[in-house]
Amino acid sequence: MPRRLKWGPPLVVFAVVIAMWYAVTYLLLAPDRRFLLPPPHAIVRVAVLDRANLGELLNALLLSATVAAIGLGIAVGIGMAAAIAMSQARWIERSIYPYLVVLQTIPVLALVPLFGFWFGFGLTSRVLVCVLVALFPIVANTLFGLRSVAAVHHELFTFHRAGRWTRLVKLQLPAALPAIFTGLRISAGLSVIGAIVGDFFFKQGEPGIGILIDVYRQRLQSEQLFAAVILSSLLGVFVFWFFGFAGHRATAAWHESALEPVGRDPT
Amino acid sequence: MLEFSDVSKRFPEGTLALAGVDFAMAPGEFVCIVGPSGAGKTTLLHVAAGLQRPTEGTVRLRTDKIGYVFQDPALLPWRTVRGNVALLAELRGLPKRERLRRAADAIELVGLAGFAHHRPRTLSGGMRMRVSLARSLTLDPELFLLDEPFGALDEITRQRLGGELSRLFVARRFAAVLVTHSVTEAVFLGSRVLVMSERPGRIIGDFPVPFDHPRSPDVLFDPEFTGLAREIAACLAA
Ligand SMILES: Nc1ncnc2c1ncn2[C@@H]1O[C@H](COP(=O)(O)OP(=O)(O)O)[C@@H](O)[C@H]1O
Ligand SMILES: [Mg+2]
Repeated sequence: MPRRLKWGPPLVVFAVVIAMWYAVTYLLLAPDRRFLLPPPHAIVRVAVLDRANLGELLNALLLSATVAAIGLGIAVGIGMAAAIAMSQARWIERSIYPYLVVLQTIPVLALVPLFGFWFGFGLTSRVLVCVLVALFPIVANTLFGLRSVAAVHHELFTFHRAGRWTRLVKLQLPAALPAIFTGLRISAGLSVIGAIVGDFFFKQGEPGIGILIDVYRQRLQSEQLFAAVILSSLLGVFVFWFFGFAGHRATAAWHESALEPVGRDPT
Repeated sequence: MLEFSDVSKRFPEGTLALAGVDFAMAPGEFVCIVGPSGAGKTTLLHVAAGLQRPTEGTVRLRTDKIGYVFQDPALLPWRTVRGNVALLAELRGLPKRERLRRAADAIELVGLAGFAHHRPRTLSGGMRMRVSLARSLTLDPELFLLDEPFGALDEITRQRLGGELSRLFVARRFAAVLVTHSVTEAVFLGSRVLVMSERPGRIIGDFPVPFDHPRSPDVLFDPEFTGLAREIAACLAA
């Protein structure tokens, strides 16, 4: 594809979006209501060029990213262990899976206040929210992947008397890798959302980006509010891209088609 | 080498797949079993390999060095050709150097030198089957069981691989049981052809094939070859 075609259209769309933004700010909004949508250059001036404001935002972003990463890590550990256990015997699956589905279907917002009740209103509870929202896609995709092994491959391993462990490590886990990455990508996005939602409930300790969003909203600091919202969505985009890229690197050499993801949208 | 005495196999659901299969083969024989699809050919090989137990009768094996070539090459897509060929030695727990040596030898033997680092998806169907053959060769089997190994391939590739299998048979001196639904393939490869009935499978014909291995495609046009093929086809139809 020529460079012109590769970069041209996205840049044009970007320019149009910015132009519309300015149009709304200056043509649609009266001056006293302009804080509802401050112009892009004002956001850059207040939130990026002011070192103190930028530092505050980046520290909060880093903290939220850390919370999301720890939550995701725990979800991956628990989720993959659960999926592997369930792949080993149907009775284990029948005993565990229903609870995971229930966990998945309870509205997160209904459970979150309980976390504060049990684990306090600080970092622990924020991390737990991430674990809760990230868990199911990991389990479902990993299990799907482990189960996707072709029957002939199982026959081959059976004929050569491979044990459970060998079968898991040399056959099932490699076969599941594309599905595991699909799950990771979904869960990573959810975990970022979880970190921000958790901030709204658990405000003790260092502020995350969600806490800042709430604070800026209350103080009508709309430039910083917009900057915080944009930064947190950039974090989500980065995480989605990162796991897509890592999955591609890990499996592109042999995996032909993308798998359908299992699990709900990150909404 | 392998002896079936009056072997029957009924599946738990009630399907009678084999009813009184009876034959014996000596070391160094290449036995082709030809039969219609659904006759119980795969079941017969599974029973021979110990993957399934016979319901009645006995199977006697004089070796535990069995190579099994599935109809599907069953390659692991994430492994290279070399990784796939080395798999069985790995499952046996052989040391790495030994595994790689055996893999290299086997890859050479099936004519895939230069493709060791390719992934299966970049290979043609015929080449994948060669990888599958090479994989089995690494364990030096004394008895090869082959389940319609060329069934999914085009005529030309099938002929070529048949010729190479015949050459390997001479080079490695294994015994082989190959099941197929193609009379031509059976006569081309077998030192002996057994005919299997419709399900439930029994052996209803036993024909020695009077050509030496390795065979060249010319043999296909030998009048003796076509005569024998016609006789076997008639036995199948009966
Ligand atoms: N695992 C199994 N369970 C039940 N029935 C089977 C099984 N495997 C094969 N059969 C039945 O046994 C018969 C012979 O099958 P198979 O040995 O695969 O035939 P072939 O390989 O000659 O086509 C078929 O009717 C098939 O449906
Ligand atoms: Mg079959």
